[in-house]
Amino acid sequence: MQVPAPFEYERATSVDGAIGLLERLGDTAKLVAGGHSLLPMMKLRLANFEYLIDINDLHGELGYITFTADEVRIGAMTRHREIAESAELATVFPIFADAEQVIADPVVRNRGTIGGSLCQADPAEDLSAVCTTLGASCVIRGSGGERVVPMAEFHRGPYETAVGPTEMLTEVRFPIRPHAGSAYEKVERRAGDWAVAAAGAAVWLDSEPRGSRGGTDSEYDGQDVVLADARVGLAAVGPNTVEIPSISAALRGQTPSEELYARAGELAAQSCNPVTDPRGSADYKRHLADELTRRALRRAVQRATDQVRS
Amino acid sequence: MQVTMTVNGEAVTREIEGRLLLVHFLRDTLGLTGTHWGCDTSNCGTCVVLMDGEPVKSCTVLAAMAGGHEIRTVEGLAAGGELDPVQRGFMNCHGLQCGFCTPGMMMTARALLDRNPDPTEHEIREAISGQICRCTGYKNIVESIRWAATDAAGTRTTLEPVEAQSVGSAS
Repeated sequence: MQVPAPFEYERATSVDGAIGLLERLGDTAKLVAGGHSLLPMMKLRLANFEYLIDINDLHGELGYITFTADEVRIGAMTRHREIAESAELATVFPIFADAEQVIADPVVRNRGTIGGSLCQADPAEDLSAVCTTLGASCVIRGSGGERVVPMAEFHRGPYETAVGPTEMLTEVRFPIRPHAGSAYEKVERRAGDWAVAAAGAAVWLDSEPRGSRGGTDSEYDGQDVVLADARVGLAAVGPNTVEIPSISAALRGQTPSEELYARAGELAAQSCNPVTDPRGSADYKRHLADELTRRALRRAVQRATDQVRS
Repeated sequence: MQVTMTVNGEAVTREIEGRLLLVHFLRDTLGLTGTHWGCDTSNCGTCVVLMDGEPVKSCTVLAAMAGGHEIRTVEGLAAGGELDPVQRGFMNCHGLQCGFCTPGMMMTARALLDRNPDPTEHEIREAISGQICRCTGYKNIVESIRWAATDAAGTRTTLEPVEAQSVGSAS
């Protein structure tokens, strides 16, 4: 029977209340949201705390997905199920729907939250890879106010984040740019498992395609499509999920093609740093980083092209 | 610490340890052993109960976290002496073999049908994808849930009282 070591249970009913509890109890306390990563670690005694602060009552305050012209904001207590079921989010960033389909299982997704996923900082965690791919920013609140940390600085190593002992992650922000497409590709050993490796891709097409500027339907067909920008994020092939800037540099200003995807895949394989473990050998994961980068880019470009045409 | 929650429509208050898991609270503190305790790692799903109508794996929820919430277990499926259509589906379509996964499967099925009264086979398979039947009887489980969605109307089966089994008596 797996049971956590003894701890005192506290319940926060507001963000300020949670921060107040953290300040009073210090680093002997830990926030728990859905608990589907933290409680298993506590059962295995890989994590022990004197106090556990339950923040599920903050779902009313921090469970939201809001849209402005240039930004999506997701509250830290938004549950996987809510992200998966947001049709508007799936339109703006289809990568979320891709990823949510392969995160654990529907029952676990009823409890797990985006904030908990990011704060767990597991190198194989899918929403972290999505946030990495989309260049998200994380809003961290303490008693002194808020600070905004880019995703690239949020994770500080496996299971470590930029969130201080008396702070909490409250919101994740995603910049919206026009003519976008995104996708997520994952290989797992069995349904609902952690990734052996996974790749997210986001692309933004040039608003003024080269060539036929006649405003015809064929503007975005074939040769006319140009990548204004592209980003690739990888999971499970390094100490954290990681974005590959060399891929963005190689893709910007280019016309999408199989050769271009192959070049991006090659860069992904070169740039990542997988280790051999029971999920697969380092070589196999490198192969997956290559192949999944190609697939994700192919699908992201297809979606962006379809969106522009429609 | 003290926790108060509603279990199958009844308010219960108990003194518990903060680390007590909901599955053990239900089984050991309340004696509701219909909820099964399986893998302990939120993989198998036999411990699924409904929390405010949503299926959750009770081995990965603290009893304290359920405070103030409504919990429904397999004991709360039948109402007024009548089996729930999901239970009748499992009975009519042989939805169980050893029966270990059954309570979790039925609770997930109930929540699915509450949200989506006419799910496709794909939607049913997706809904139970976090639950394991080691008898591998998935086909009949899916048929049972489809039965509950489609054939249940008009064929209500009255719950017949089960005679108490006397443990240890010579047979």
